[in-house]
Amino acid sequence: MNREETTGFFKFIINELKPKGKILTPFNIISSITIISAIIILYFRFTKGLGAVTDSSQDRPWGLWINFNVITGVAFAGGAYVVTFLVYVIGMEKYRPILRATLLYAFLAYIFYAGALLLDLGRPLKVINPIIGNSFGVSSILFLIAWKFFLYMGSLFIEFFPTVAEWVALKRQRKFFGSMTLGVVIFGIALSTLHQSGLGALFLMAKPKIHPLWYSEFIPILFFLSSIFAGLSLVVVLESIGQSVFRNRMSFLNKTTHKPIMFGIARICTVAMFVYFCMTVLVFVHGKNYPYLNSGYGHWYLVETVGFVLVPCVIFLLAHRKQNLGLVRLAAVMAMIGIIMNRLNISTIGYRWYDNSLQFPTIMEIIVSVSVIFVQIHVFRWIARRMPVYSESPAWVNQEPHIKPFRSEVKSINLNNSGRKKWKVSAK
Amino acid sequence: MGIDRRNFLKVLGVAGGTFTIANSFAAPAKNKKSDVEFYGILYDSTLCGGCQGCEIACADKYGFPYPDDEPVTCVLRETSETRRVAINSFKTSKGEFYMRRSCNHCNEPACASACLTKAMFKTEEGPVIWREDKCIGCRTCMIACPFDIPKFEFGSPNPKIEKCRMCYEQMQQGEPPECVKLCPAEALLFGKRRDLLETAKARIYNEPEKYHHAVYGENEAGGTGLLYLSAVPFEEVGLRTNVGTTSYPEYNKSFLYAVPTVLILWPAFLLGLHNAFRDNKRNMLLNGEES
Repeated sequence: MNREETTGFFKFIINELKPKGKILTPFNIISSITIISAIIILYFRFTKGLGAVTDSSQDRPWGLWINFNVITGVAFAGGAYVVTFLVYVIGMEKYRPILRATLLYAFLAYIFYAGALLLDLGRPLKVINPIIGNSFGVSSILFLIAWKFFLYMGSLFIEFFPTVAEWVALKRQRKFFGSMTLGVVIFGIALSTLHQSGLGALFLMAKPKIHPLWYSEFIPILFFLSSIFAGLSLVVVLESIGQSVFRNRMSFLNKTTHKPIMFGIARICTVAMFVYFCMTVLVFVHGKNYPYLNSGYGHWYLVETVGFVLVPCVIFLLAHRKQNLGLVRLAAVMAMIGIIMNRLNISTIGYRWYDNSLQFPTIMEIIVSVSVIFVQIHVFRWIARRMPVYSESPAWVNQEPHIKPFRSEVKSINLNNSGRKKWKVSAK
Repeated sequence: MGIDRRNFLKVLGVAGGTFTIANSFAAPAKNKKSDVEFYGILYDSTLCGGCQGCEIACADKYGFPYPDDEPVTCVLRETSETRRVAINSFKTSKGEFYMRRSCNHCNEPACASACLTKAMFKTEEGPVIWREDKCIGCRTCMIACPFDIPKFEFGSPNPKIEKCRMCYEQMQQGEPPECVKLCPAEALLFGKRRDLLETAKARIYNEPEKYHHAVYGENEAGGTGLLYLSAVPFEEVGLRTNVGTTSYPEYNKSFLYAVPTVLILWPAFLLGLHNAFRDNKRNMLLNGEES
């Protein structure tokens, strides 16, 4: 870049940094008050210790930040690996319009939820230990999760990078990272499978502490299965909000494909939730848990598995049958509530159930928890208003052949003089 | 679908790469390093007079405040971030008995296998120790420990995990831990775990009416370094009988073994799937169909 280009680039960035849209909206006011109070709370957290602001105790060492933001939030970020699987691996181009928003959401989710994890770590400065340290606890599930988070954030960044490159017009870098997409996607799916289930495996050793209705050796599988529809349900909600918030920036394709995509997702969710429900029933029968059903915990368990898994599953089915968008959204919200219930039941409500006392987070804890989500929404909006997340890619992208999703080169059969068949890959 | 050399190499590369990375994950959590035998402590609750000598000795050595409460029946005194050992009193079918509460130094500790930096560490000699320079404060050890022993300093900006370390440094010089040294009733006995187990069983054999006929810690949670003798069934003196006899790292084993399998098979499978769908798509294009 010569000097003029450089100054032009900086001017562009500075210009883009300015806020777009109205500043004094109700959402902005509420969220900024919450975020500012969260910063004050965090000051006390780091000077006085975790006990000063959270409800964590020796008996229940993990509070809302881990149980809700990390363990539940990561399940919702599962949409990214499902959608990349659909688009890149099995080539369902139908879902490409929602790809970028989903990737952006997941990338931010991992950044901010890893951030929430840092807030909750007692000795956050040492967090680098499991990554570079000479002390790899390879038999630790948390060690695997830490590494997979770390690597997956990298893969999500590479998957999302083309959008950033289109924003600042980095043509060569876009080409370079774009060529890595398929490999990174497949790597990312393997990592997601393992860390989604790994979060469940964290509780495997807490066998005597978790209520038998929720504890089973199959927690990892259940966590993985539920992350599929948790992620997709979040995509439904995200897209539904995006359709109204970013409508003025949205490409024609994005607007028109919204409905068919939502119904497609509804169908996938129906299947995923049904499989998950069957698996839960299987675990329930296998564990011979009938005697627990007729207790407070048993009823709560039924509310979760029937009320917020089976019912939304049926609603998803109906929504697809009747082509009713409202029903899809209803089912998605219900499924999300079900996921929150499930994760909190394992990590908080059913944890040390014999104590007969519930762990209630403090107001300060909740404020920080919500602020993490608010910051994520702000960053998401900032990016979505500037980069081609919902809008069309700039014109120069389509002029380059290499970015086509499926390399459409055709293997040509060259018959050489001897008449032997020779297969060749010819790059078009 | 045809596999050309390039795709084959791709699959091979992904699979091979993940195999080398993944292989190290499957290392068993078992500690079978050398022929050094685990040391342990035998606590005979029938001899304990509840004098709190062990608590005071421990507080003295590690600079904790002296206990300001005495063991009273019906009040459970927990270990805490300023108390690594606690003596409790229990009203049982055979009268009042005291029971000690501290880290059990499991043979295969849940805390150490849950720890992602090996800050919680099972030493060759038996004690499970916490190493300050490695700990990141994630508290997974507290979730994993079936005895709820690791305690976290919630009131400190740079918190530590507090738990009994069987006076590891002292032990390396051949001395017994401080609490054992200073127990006036000789209710505590330090030695090799195997010898202690024999001693415990000999005591039961010699005085069968006095003791409950089992040694707590022989098999609990896969065997613990602390062994307990009691006159009454263990649940009457507050020992946890719901922990099972499986060592806790076993519960993770199937998941850990699945990790390399998934890392090898999943990418290869997905690549194959991708190629299959791409061929399908190409055929459709060649046949002039709309995709």
